[in-house]
Amino acid sequence: MAIVHDSKKACAVNPLKMSQPLGACYAFLGLASTMPMMHGSQGCTSFGLVLLVRHFKEAIPMQTTAMNEVSTILGGMDNIEQAVLNIKKRANPALIAIASTGLTETKGDDVDGYLRLIRAKHAETLDGTEIVYVSTPDYVGAFQDGWAAAIKALVAAFVTPAETRVAGRIGVLPGAHLTPADLEEVRELIEAFGLDAVLVPDVSGSLDGHIPEDFTPTTLGGATLDDIRGLGACEHVIAIGEQMRGAVERLEAVGVPCTLFDRLTGLTATDALVALLMRLSGKPAPARLKRQRGQLQDAMLDGHFHVGGKRVAIGAEPDLLFALSSLIAEMGGEVAAAVTTTHSPLLVRVPTDEVLVGDLEDLEMRAVGCDLLITHAHGRQAATRLGIPLFRAGIPQFDRIGTAHQLSVGYRGTRDLIFQLANIFLAHMHAHGPEDWPLPAEAVAAAQGQPAAGCGCASSSCSVSDEVVIPIIPA
Amino acid sequence: MDARVSAKIQSVFEEPACEHNQNKDEKARKKGCTKQLSPGAAAGGCAFDGAKIALQPIADVAHLVHGPIACEGNSWDNRNSSTSGPQLYRTGFTTDIGELDVIYGGEKRLFKSIREIIEKYDPPAVFVYQTCVTALIGDDIEAVCKRAAEKFGKPVVPVNAPGFVGPKNLGNKLGAEALLDHVIGTEEPEVTTPYDINIIGEYNLAGELWQIRPLLDALGIRILSCISGDGRYHEVAQSHRAKAAMMVCSKSMINVARKMEDRYGIPFFEGSFYGIEDMSDTLRQLARLLVQRGAPADLLDRTEALIAVEEKRAWDRIAAYRPRLEGKKVLLITGGVKSWSVVAALQEAGLEVVGTSVKKSTKEDKEKIKEIMGEDAHMIDDMTPREMFKMLRDARADIMLSGGRSQFVALKAKMPWLDINQERHYAYAGYEGMVDLVREISKTLFNPVWEQVRAPAPWETPALEEAC
Repeated sequence: MAIVHDSKKACAVNPLKMSQPLGACYAFLGLASTMPMMHGSQGCTSFGLVLLVRHFKEAIPMQTTAMNEVSTILGGMDNIEQAVLNIKKRANPALIAIASTGLTETKGDDVDGYLRLIRAKHAETLDGTEIVYVSTPDYVGAFQDGWAAAIKALVAAFVTPAETRVAGRIGVLPGAHLTPADLEEVRELIEAFGLDAVLVPDVSGSLDGHIPEDFTPTTLGGATLDDIRGLGACEHVIAIGEQMRGAVERLEAVGVPCTLFDRLTGLTATDALVALLMRLSGKPAPARLKRQRGQLQDAMLDGHFHVGGKRVAIGAEPDLLFALSSLIAEMGGEVAAAVTTTHSPLLVRVPTDEVLVGDLEDLEMRAVGCDLLITHAHGRQAATRLGIPLFRAGIPQFDRIGTAHQLSVGYRGTRDLIFQLANIFLAHMHAHGPEDWPLPAEAVAAAQGQPAAGCGCASSSCSVSDEVVIPIIPA
Repeated sequence: MDARVSAKIQSVFEEPACEHNQNKDEKARKKGCTKQLSPGAAAGGCAFDGAKIALQPIADVAHLVHGPIACEGNSWDNRNSSTSGPQLYRTGFTTDIGELDVIYGGEKRLFKSIREIIEKYDPPAVFVYQTCVTALIGDDIEAVCKRAAEKFGKPVVPVNAPGFVGPKNLGNKLGAEALLDHVIGTEEPEVTTPYDINIIGEYNLAGELWQIRPLLDALGIRILSCISGDGRYHEVAQSHRAKAAMMVCSKSMINVARKMEDRYGIPFFEGSFYGIEDMSDTLRQLARLLVQRGAPADLLDRTEALIAVEEKRAWDRIAAYRPRLEGKKVLLITGGVKSWSVVAALQEAGLEVVGTSVKKSTKEDKEKIKEIMGEDAHMIDDMTPREMFKMLRDARADIMLSGGRSQFVALKAKMPWLDINQERHYAYAGYEGMVDLVREISKTLFNPVWEQVRAPAPWETPALEEAC
């Protein structure tokens, strides 16, 4: 059981956290023929867009209602109306997906109301384009909360109870921490049992780095509106990450059987998914999965020498933190510092003593003496100062390519993740020197026949105490 | 809106040194120097973004963003403005305000944040950036900064450019205003020389300043302050003692150059480091201004001698590429601010510029482009990505040079692309930079990868298709 704390600082230093609207727009980017849009000033979109472009090295369609101080105070209805009409004219998407921002939430825009009026006014013009809205103030929660809220909003808007279930159709609600490669792996696992997988959203369809035939101003693939609507008729829905609980509850309310996995990284975690798929399909696990499981077992055996006993500091969003921490702990490593971005019921279950909702400065202070730092690319400065390697996990990773293809779920993904971690430890193995095992002064004194100073005595002036002294790190 | 910000914006719009602005009537001027944004069809950063771009290169200052997490959390450490020393400017500081701050006000959190930063990092100054939400709820950052400066005995500079007052370009100017109001002229340099200059509007992206500095060093010209690339707080504070100034990058900081001329009598010229002739012209103008202000006249001759040597050295190296590059067609999509200076540079390399964007260029910039490219210059005001894609796919251009935003338009069309915007990692300034740019273009154009990626897939090969 970890104790969960909030950082007490007034000033966040080196943020770990990104904002809700960006998480929501990232979810919308996993939908086909969609134009995500932030309802805020143009900078809100611009920052988010640049961040995702630099992470994925892909074009990111994302628009803004371009609010200024006057439209903010008067209300953003006109801007939303203009934006929706402009997007319809220029891109003609199947879906316009709007996320609010801190600015318009502070004002208190009633976007749902605006949209009803806009739809009524331009029914003909907007025919063939759906509009969905999610409230995501910047000053509440973090990136994964925005993602979760967006998917919950999509489910609420488009999923209706189905009269019959489609046999063999498995819905998947992935968390924001899964990469396109992770989604591809989940899809293959499901299909390995002769089942159909419908992923909502599906960033593996849109942000996996494919080259389209023609230029499109909207997303390049992903879950379709019919995929979302079809969730209601799925035989079963698999959700990955605690963050998806809200969406799962909505689906269960319309009678869809759901299973929520808190992670799919690790042997037992993957076993749980495979067991469910065996039950759902009534089929045995295919031979290649059995081989992959064997390879993972072997990787764990080979890897435990290098991961075991290592002290790791992790800064990540709750679901990613939980998945990575659990694997490190299962391999005998110690999660010595854990910092996250937002609250989650999962945090108390992170295998560490304390989880801090804080920033990278907090993580850097706690990571002193650790062997490895795991966080997104912004941890690079901290890792340099600490003199320890950085393993990049999460968004953003603007200083690496191929981030969409980082795999860490399933037997194969866990196997490769273990190899990567173990290889970092191997590359940074400490070669011992003659000064590595000095005797304490007390032992040297004893060997030289001098009386030991200040221990075992009851004197109040005794300088030796049982208290563990935690070094204070100067900033 | 905060009346002070409002007044500031009006004063920035009334820039007398900006001919473009002076040609407008009263009403047009009041509307400002940027087009109204079109919701749902807008791109580009906000005023806060612009202010941060303009000031963050001051490397030893703590840059504190007062607002919700989006403004700093989604954007920090994302530019390649280089430093030769302090790293503090790369540390992200934000008040990361929460719901309760929105309701009760964020001023206390801001004050405490400034205290924490000074206690932990002891920077020479703290810059505090206003954002939309904190502006909307009425947080008075100027009052908080004033109180903090008194309390902690250290400059705390309010930068009042919340995102929603306008686009990036306006933010550049509002950021610069903060320097004029609170920093420039507040300290005296220990020594001055007749060769002291300011470079204004140079952000040292990818270390470009260091392609220029050796030239100035060789001439004995001292950069008293670069505003703001590789900047230091105290240098900026002492910059009012420079003898002359160069304003870089079109007009993003024209207000600093002009107001320093008004207040301190520092003459300035607008110059460019991009392109060989531009670079030489810049050196000549610097020397001329310094000599006018009392530097020994031999500076002019020494400058000409240096130019002769460096131009020849650059041309000799570029000559090796000219046969390969002659006639290759370039599509140049920048924000538009610097496009005329880049056009000149490319032509020097034998490349044909088939189009250039002028979205953010002023009327003068456009005139300059016409001067350089001829009357039939293909100026693109607001090209949609689809049009860019088509232009590249139809091979009306061999390579596109642009910012990161549109790179995938080129790459997805399987066409060569080179990054020439703020996030890039290569330096293209001065004589050295020109040689580097030409080398990069050549490297990109002639990379065998283009042939590879354009090769048809097995299932697109007719013979194979028939066989299957």
